[in-house]
Amino acid sequence: MDYGTWRGVFSLIILAIFIAIVAWAFSRRTKKQFDDAANSIFEDESSIDNSDKPESKKDE
Amino acid sequence: MSQTIPQQPIEYNMKVVRQFTVMTIIWGIVGMSVGVLIAAQLVWPELNFNTPWLTYSRLRPLHTNAVIFAFGTSALFATSYYVVQKTCRVSLFSDKLAAFTFWGWQAVIVAAVITLPMGLTSTKEYAELEWPIDILITVVWVAYLIVFFGTLAIRKTSHIYVANWFYGGFIIVIAMLHIVNSFAIPVSFTKSYSIYSGAVDAMVQWWYGHNAVGFLLTAGFLGMMYYFVPKQAERPVYSYRLSVVHFWALISLYIWAGPHHLHYTALPDWTQSVGMVMSVILFVPSWGGMINGIMTLSGAWHKLRTDPILRFLIVSLSFYGMSTFEGPMMAIKSVNALSHYTDWTVGHVHSGALGWVAMITIGSMYYLVPRLFNQKEIHSIKLVNVHFWLHTIGVVFYIVSMWISGVMQGLMWRATNSDGTLTYSFVESVQASYPFWTGRFIGGVFIVIGMLLMAYNCYQTIRAGRRETAAGNVVQTA
Ligand code: HEM
Ligand code: HEM
Ligand SMILES: [Fe+2]
Repeated sequence: MDYGTWRGVFSLIILAIFIAIVAWAFSRRTKKQFDDAANSIFEDESSIDNSDKPESKKDE
Repeated sequence: MSQTIPQQPIEYNMKVVRQFTVMTIIWGIVGMSVGVLIAAQLVWPELNFNTPWLTYSRLRPLHTNAVIFAFGTSALFATSYYVVQKTCRVSLFSDKLAAFTFWGWQAVIVAAVITLPMGLTSTKEYAELEWPIDILITVVWVAYLIVFFGTLAIRKTSHIYVANWFYGGFIIVIAMLHIVNSFAIPVSFTKSYSIYSGAVDAMVQWWYGHNAVGFLLTAGFLGMMYYFVPKQAERPVYSYRLSVVHFWALISLYIWAGPHHLHYTALPDWTQSVGMVMSVILFVPSWGGMINGIMTLSGAWHKLRTDPILRFLIVSLSFYGMSTFEGPMMAIKSVNALSHYTDWTVGHVHSGALGWVAMITIGSMYYLVPRLFNQKEIHSIKLVNVHFWLHTIGVVFYIVSMWISGVMQGLMWRATNSDGTLTYSFVESVQASYPFWTGRFIGGVFIVIGMLLMAYNCYQTIRAGRRETAAGNVVQTA
């Protein structure tokens, strides 16, 4: 395969991978998983940030 | 521990996050003050006081290293360690290694602060530090990589939240860039020569320089965006699916755009054209990411009126959009023929650096400081608001000055008389730039005053938090 042909084929491969990623990301199958992931950062409310690991200061 | 807390709280390692957070603010002040000093030196050259250590040539790399590797990278350490723990519901993989990354990285910065003014430099832009420091950087970075990915490996959640993808990509690519670009033959303890030469050297250097921008100043801070914007807005990111496409598109395109720094050089023409085309395509994922961040606020725009922290975060995204529109345009060869070597480039740099990087960092720090130091809120939200306006006005002063002087310089340099001779001497273009360099200096002063307010505000917050902790109270944060 000469260099020009190889570049053409390479572009097509990249395009196909890109379309596959978009199709996967926007498919119905992944919707719930991604919605959960987007909301997951709000589920840590119960934990306390101001704790040092060795001498934990959590009282009350 | 009482029974009212439903589940055992996770004991995160927040100590290293606190350390990096405080150093981010301190190095921000230092790096930007040096920026103001060199901006002043361009207007009043006497300010080098005839001291070699204080000459522009030595302080300019000190400025870039201080803002990128001390301020920006400390912010990335702090936020990545925070986000990876919070989103994986687990403490850091190794506290010892994490502490090593803190002290190791501070040692790198102190070494830079000493050697650069001494004039010790490899002369490669953004990679000026000499080989012993390069080795230390490598060791610290590998430790960082182990801590971060180790934490991902022991996570308690099934999914890896998207912010971590961006942080992870940044950590891996910076390791690769730093190692490849730094290969050199030492001739003494303080001097080495790169193993690359000629056009290959130029290409490796800008493969490094461009992707340091793409992965450190962009991908890393996008990680910050994907956590702190939704948290501060109290709503999930606009489209998680878009964020997945954003990640893969951005990291697969950025790598190829480096040649836009080498237009019309000895680099083969086809390489320059690839760089140009890739840069123009790069506009698409960049704006996809920006829109994803800004639209997170949709339906809650009113929050911008009352919350200056959110305003820092969202305005940073508009500067990100501006610089990623400007960048592809400057990557077009005919535009670059005008902009290259002029202040236009410097303006582009700072709309990214001061608009995007600094503002998203400042917003994230205002979010973090009260949470890390046992407070509900920052000491004074009014002062945050003042800081916001000082910073915004400063950045606008800076960028607009550079746009005008940049285009003016480009036009003056290319102007010819009918007999083919140059219309202007170089010195005439320097003279014509003075008013705009003064404008940049004034903008810089605004920005540094804002940073000092931030330091005061955070100091007061930390003090109040210490008092609560000493009294045995734990302020519940959301
Ligand atoms: C008060 C704020 C700042 C001021 C006054 C300032 C000033 C300057 C000046 C005068 C230069 C040299 C320009 C020249 O050689 O013509 C410069 C270069 C640079 N600064 Fe800043 N700066 C500031 C903040 C920052 C920040 C926060 C960052 C990064 C996060 C940054 C990144 C850079 C970079 C990368 C360069 C090199 C640009 C190039 O080579 O094209 N600066 N800055
Ligand atoms: C789609 C995104 C972007 C593209 C295509 C792009 C393109 C460019 C181009 C064409 C130049 C001028 C090269 C020259 O003439 O020497 C440049 C310089 C630069 N850009 Fe960007 N840019 C982008 C985004 C950004 C962002 C977001 C930042 C900062 C956070 C940034 C930081 C820089 C720096 C530091 C330089 C100066 C390098 C030097 O000469 O020292 N860029 N960029
Ligand atoms: Fe670039």
